[in-house]
Amino acid sequence: MTNRRDFLKTGGVALGALALGPDVLRAGDSARGHIATPSGYRPLPPVVTDPATRELMMEALDAAKRAGAGWADVRIGRNRNNSVNTREQQVTNVVESDTMGCGVRVLVDGCWGFAATQVLTKAGVGGAAQEAVAIARANRIAMARRVELAPAPSLGDRTWRSAYTIDPFTVSLEEKVGLLLKANAEAMKARNVRFVTSGLSFVKEERNYANTDGSVITQDYVRSWVTLAATAVANGDFAQRGPEVVQPMGRGWEYVLEADVAGNALKWGEEAAEKLTAKSVDVGRYDLILHPSQLFLTIHESLAHPTELDRAMGYEANYAGTSFIAPPRDVLGKLKLGPEFMNLVGNRSEEGALATIGYDDDGVQPDEFHIVKDGVFNDYQTTREQAPLLDWWYTQRGQPLRSHGCSYAQSWADVQFQRMPNVSLQPGERDLSWNDLIAATDRGIAMIGRASYSIDQQRYNAQFGAQLCYEVRNGKIVGQLKDVAYQMRTPDFWNAMDMIGGKSSYEFGGTFNDGKGQPSQANAVSHGCPPVRIRNINVINTGRTL
Amino acid sequence: MTRASRWADVGGVISREEAEALVGRVVQRSSADAVSVSVQSARETNLRFADNQVSTSGTTTNTTLRVQSVFGKRRASVVTNDLSDAGVQRAVTQAEAIARLAPEDPEYLGELGAQSYEAVPAWFDRTAELSAEDRARAALTALAPAREAGDLTVAGYIVCEASATALGNSAGLFAYHRGTNANYTLTARTNDGTGSGWAAAEANDWTAIDFAGVARQAIDKARRSRNPVAIEPGRYTVILEPEATANLVSVMTGALQARSADEGRSAFAKAGGTKVGERILDPRVTLLSDPRDPLVLAAPFDGDGLPLGRQVWVRNGVLEQLAYTRYWGQRQGRPASGAANSLRLEGGEASTADLIASTERGVLVTRLWYLRAVDQRTLVQTGLTRDGTFLIEGGRIVRSIKNFRFNDSPLFMLNNLEGLGRAERTAGGGRLVMPSLKVRDFNFTSLSDAV
Repeated sequence: MTNRRDFLKTGGVALGALALGPDVLRAGDSARGHIATPSGYRPLPPVVTDPATRELMMEALDAAKRAGAGWADVRIGRNRNNSVNTREQQVTNVVESDTMGCGVRVLVDGCWGFAATQVLTKAGVGGAAQEAVAIARANRIAMARRVELAPAPSLGDRTWRSAYTIDPFTVSLEEKVGLLLKANAEAMKARNVRFVTSGLSFVKEERNYANTDGSVITQDYVRSWVTLAATAVANGDFAQRGPEVVQPMGRGWEYVLEADVAGNALKWGEEAAEKLTAKSVDVGRYDLILHPSQLFLTIHESLAHPTELDRAMGYEANYAGTSFIAPPRDVLGKLKLGPEFMNLVGNRSEEGALATIGYDDDGVQPDEFHIVKDGVFNDYQTTREQAPLLDWWYTQRGQPLRSHGCSYAQSWADVQFQRMPNVSLQPGERDLSWNDLIAATDRGIAMIGRASYSIDQQRYNAQFGAQLCYEVRNGKIVGQLKDVAYQMRTPDFWNAMDMIGGKSSYEFGGTFNDGKGQPSQANAVSHGCPPVRIRNINVINTGRTL
Repeated sequence: MTRASRWADVGGVISREEAEALVGRVVQRSSADAVSVSVQSARETNLRFADNQVSTSGTTTNTTLRVQSVFGKRRASVVTNDLSDAGVQRAVTQAEAIARLAPEDPEYLGELGAQSYEAVPAWFDRTAELSAEDRARAALTALAPAREAGDLTVAGYIVCEASATALGNSAGLFAYHRGTNANYTLTARTNDGTGSGWAAAEANDWTAIDFAGVARQAIDKARRSRNPVAIEPGRYTVILEPEATANLVSVMTGALQARSADEGRSAFAKAGGTKVGERILDPRVTLLSDPRDPLVLAAPFDGDGLPLGRQVWVRNGVLEQLAYTRYWGQRQGRPASGAANSLRLEGGEASTADLIASTERGVLVTRLWYLRAVDQRTLVQTGLTRDGTFLIEGGRIVRSIKNFRFNDSPLFMLNNLEGLGRAERTAGGGRLVMPSLKVRDFNFTSLSDAV
């Protein structure tokens, strides 16, 4: 009988070389797997589906069918987290987390059931399958309509690995701590910077998936985040730069090295110090020049969330909310969300982006799709359960009915549902830069880095701050501003966009922790975008005194 | 193969004896100078419904073990859910290997010795043993009237948790607490898209939740909130229902930390010191934490094993104390207070209806949404009203109004107090007991078209 120890011993990703099979030849659905690991670091083993894990997944599917499920899928996952946190010249926390388990999802007479267990034996996963079926049966008394899944082809055996070359879980603690403490010391050199916190957070997921359609998938996914917050204190006042000074990415330790945290820390410290004496903003209307590190979150909140089909259909009404981009028949192909040069693409394929994955948690290979095409709303984010709701639209457009591959669960312990793919604003045709946008602006505010952000439950009214705000006069930055936030109404805001950066100014911004659902689950997602200029936006002053 | 423990086999919650044995297995295997253990065990069952139909539903059982190994002042933690002997051994070995490499932590004070805790009876068998049928029937109390009405759509979430927490270490400390919790939230929307109402309930004991009552309240609010009209943003007298009060007051917990105040970077810092001993809020404001609060039973210890009693943070408007960790308390010569597990704002005798009746012109707010700090120096938050916002004139609710964005601070709000309702358990999370409030000059800064 398989047990957890055997699973670990032959764990697909950990020691996959023990089980070389035909999969290895396909390990590169992404060719990235073949990028050489820099010297001094351990090379990556191939990605394979461990036979013991496959056997457990088959047992769970069989048990579900025996118990009466019409359709089922199973995920066996291993989730590893590594975090190192520091303040000033000391380490405050080192945590290594490694958990495993199995989640089984079933459809019985068109009704969902789900159960998750940490017991990785045939009896354990079989018991979870039976419990999921029992829950689905019990829920039939409250069912109104059957769930019907969009067709998805059986994929057979597949593997995939994310775009990393150095596994952060093989990097020594000394190297991680050394990097952070050096950065802290640099930031503390700035005048009035009295406190610095910094941290590294790494996630490594082994995602095994199988369903009764015949797909068996193993994926190896790594993401990395380095943060630093510098706080300047003087005259009974304080100001902070950070903690999001480097964007999180679906990459490995090589990305942390590229970010050169120690080399940039003094600059971040000085920016915090400068904020202490910055001019408090005069309220009024300004042209905003938004850097990708700030803009990504405005895209996320005002365009990406309201184009989730479950929100538009009311499935998140009790928590995250609904959407102003609804009902589908009134808005698809009709609603003008921005100027003609505005194109917004959903994808799970941009290299190194956080929502990039080979196969989703419905067993679907995601595709790339235009959410906004030439300024007009064009499509929603979907799963297999949701895509049939748009059958009429795809028929009208001559497109096949399929899910866009947006099903995701944060771990084996949680049920999958529709989550955001990378939703990226495409760069403009002219290759304009951040500086070009500033040079073209007479009276504006240039904003960098995300700070406070809030938006209503249908995604109309939002208020966003920034970590750094600069006053722009006659095409030049004249100084830092503080207490700045802009208020917006989504369709008005995007229709006021009149300049967009080009390909060389395109960057990713993202988060590990986009919350949605009940119970709330975190999703990691990136948004690619160039800087943009938005005309005549209302700016308020958030400073008050106690 | 090592046999997995009994509770893991049956998918239940770890008992005191099993937790003690697990802690013992770790301590026995440890070769570090000191070791501490934390066990989190939970069985969560839930049911979601939306669009007048059940959606996802499930159960998750998991027990995790956290091992912190210490050599001198070097320490590191490993978390695993592999509770077999081999899994426990692996966690201990790995924690020790990492701890040896970690730099010294000058703030490490050594392990806390044995403590005594007064048990809190937060466990209700009926809640722990709930069946999928029980939850589906509870959901029908909202689904059935909504389907029958024809002009309403409901979305809701029922979640029950049975959980246990245990702490232990090589210095003889052992703490165990188990509890149950049931939470129900419900949103009713009118099919014309213009009305939305929210109602909720939370209790340690499932039988204390009035499902049909929650449904009546949400449906009534949805119907009454139809066709909202826009009124000018600005400063209004506002009546916050308990959930809205909780949304704002709960952000104060972060600022109640002594260290950030002493370091000059919190709302309770002032030049050269802190505001402890000063009257910072209206004299009717008393803010406290008590694990034996009958409306919110919580663990009688914090994550470090410090015993928690009743602690008053603000008494009659005066900032009485801030929270000290073991390290910060020792450094400042103050007792360690520990981190509280719940928060109560003491209420008054009025009902929400009384507060409305006493209001010549004002706004009634059901709940707030998407709160974010805009300034840590003042605790100013921004956010929006949601799911039932009404205009009050002449002591009566006269119409539904469009939602507002606000920019305001709980510290301003609790100084602009006009009246307090009765405190009740709120259901938005965070183990809170809050009253409805009547406050003047609440700062609405813009309108939202969201329903």
